Amino acid sequence: MVKKIEEGSHAVADVVRLLNPGVLAMYPITPSTHIPERLSEFEANGELGGKIIRVESEFSAISAVVGASARGIRAYTATSSQGLALMHEVLFAASGMRLPIVITVANRALSAPLNIFNDWQDSISERDSGWLQFYGEDSQEVVDLMIQAYKIAEDKRVLLPTMVCMDGFFLTHTYDVIDVPEDLKGFVPDYKPEHAFLDPKKPMTQGAWAMQEPYFKLRKELEEAQRSIFPVIKEVHDDFAKVFGRSYGDGLIEVYGEGDNAVVTMGSFSTNLKVLADKLGFQVIRIRCYRPFPDKELAAALKGKESVAVFEKDVSYGTGHGAVYNDVRTVYNGKMVNFIVGLGGLDVPVSALEKMYKQVPEMKDAETRWQI
Amino acid sequence: MLEVRFHGRGGQGAVTAAEVLAVAAFGDGKYSQAFGKFGPERRGAPVQSFTRVDESPIRIRQEVYEPDIVVVLDPGLMKVVNVRQGIKEGGILIINTKDKVPGAWCVDATRIALDTIGKPIVNTAMLGAFSKASGGAVSLESIIKAIKERFPGELGEKNAEAIRKASESCSLIGV
Amino acid sequence: MVGGIIKDVGNISSNKTGSWRTFRPVVDKNKCIGCGTCKMFCPDVAIEIVDGKAIIDYDHCKGCLICKSVCPVGAISSEEEAK
Repeated sequence: MVKKIEEGSHAVADVVRLLNPGVLAMYPITPSTHIPERLSEFEANGELGGKIIRVESEFSAISAVVGASARGIRAYTATSSQGLALMHEVLFAASGMRLPIVITVANRALSAPLNIFNDWQDSISERDSGWLQFYGEDSQEVVDLMIQAYKIAEDKRVLLPTMVCMDGFFLTHTYDVIDVPEDLKGFVPDYKPEHAFLDPKKPMTQGAWAMQEPYFKLRKELEEAQRSIFPVIKEVHDDFAKVFGRSYGDGLIEVYGEGDNAVVTMGSFSTNLKVLADKLGFQVIRIRCYRPFPDKELAAALKGKESVAVFEKDVSYGTGHGAVYNDVRTVYNGKMVNFIVGLGGLDVPVSALEKMYKQVPEMKDAETRWQI
Repeated sequence: MLEVRFHGRGGQGAVTAAEVLAVAAFGDGKYSQAFGKFGPERRGAPVQSFTRVDESPIRIRQEVYEPDIVVVLDPGLMKVVNVRQGIKEGGILIINTKDKVPGAWCVDATRIALDTIGKPIVNTAMLGAFSKASGGAVSLESIIKAIKERFPGELGEKNAEAIRKASESCSLIGV
Repeated sequence: MVGGIIKDVGNISSNKTGSWRTFRPVVDKNKCIGCGTCKMFCPDVAIEIVDGKAIIDYDHCKGCLICKSVCPVGAISSEEEAK
């Protein structure tokens, strides 16, 4: 491990190089741009093991990556916002074909109005695509998640595509002191596909047509796969902690501090909520693995709390809440309120969080309030 | 924790200045963080960037609202932006200006940049002034080293000269 | 403001961006032939040709000096902005 100071995007590119995907197909979009930029630099300097495919859109990027993964090769892409939205159709093909692709999502708001800044609406809108979704609190955790992501995705018990989400600008464009490994110490073995690959001696059909009954059963299998892999995620997280010396809760959620009242959140502004928790004495429960949704762990952590406040940077339009609130509601029946913050990159400082959190006692169950 | 806010104009390198300062502070053995307040990046538009420096890991992720030090890269900004906003009591204001602004550290960084680099890009020179005005909160050696890493070769040498000159010529104007 | 639709179009003229300049373009009226090349190239629509001479709108000129580089007769020079 070497501590260095660098931009979050560059730290991600450093670790992607070590993960050595055979195919990288990227179409740069703010704020993910510096990841493909740095990876292209590596390629130009002859320091990249894999091939970068230059594509003409994000739809092509994810399609190329699906093709590479179906061929049996580790594949990677990075995107944001409209780019992820353009990938939408192919995301379902990737999960349906059980291809262990990993993409870094630099979270950004969706148009309209046009906005390049951070919120979670892009990846939250893909929460039902069958992909695993992890959210990092800082660039260190994003680097560590990237190392764990392929190991989880390629595990024979999993075989699911994975999004590692990092807040755009707040992480991608911020210089931080980060431990970036110089090598992965054999932690992530080479990808040796057994279910989907291209070999003339063993011909197979992938992405085939399915009638009602097999379709139904395969989609059910996809959900059963999602629901069965909690132990794998925890196992990889624990193994990572042994090798690299860093851990994040149980790998699914992280519980910070103590208190009769809890705040549930994800992503980079969790840090500010922790600062506020030190002052006001509530507990912060940070969701690290959002898909599959760690309902049992959350239910256990929230049991007996007097109140729960969910802070999030997305809206599940028409429900009156954010998507994270709606999910957490399924495991907690007590007083629960929702704060929508930071849309379109609005700064969420500790002072604003304090002002909002102090409103919890006067709020009704299920009430939603907005930062501005 | 030391919190710094830079005011500049798009194209003057305010974000680069914040980043180089963070890299230099890390070179001094400290923890640091740097980021810009990004907008539609138009050359000439008022922009801000931030640096934090501390002995221990930095646990905060928000803009700098109450800076210890404010660095103004463009004197014209004084008329359009309240550069003193939120500055802590006893805080330090460092301005690139030909004039003498009472209570502020002043340096004609534009002149220095034109003389050394040949372009009115003042971000690096202002870091020299920063080191002097802050009493070495980030060392001149580390700033010069960070600049040479960022801009290798002749450009780095020219910028290093601008940093040294600005450090020597900046001075606190009495109230 | 339903849908973020802006109905008072052209409001950019109230945003005086002249303070953004480091250098200001200066027209030598004796050399200017009023050809309008600078006006064509000015990205901020800050040049008009009045009575056959280029007039710069310093409230909106950002000092990019494209006018100086495209002037066919070298009638535009630049001066460091006094601040």
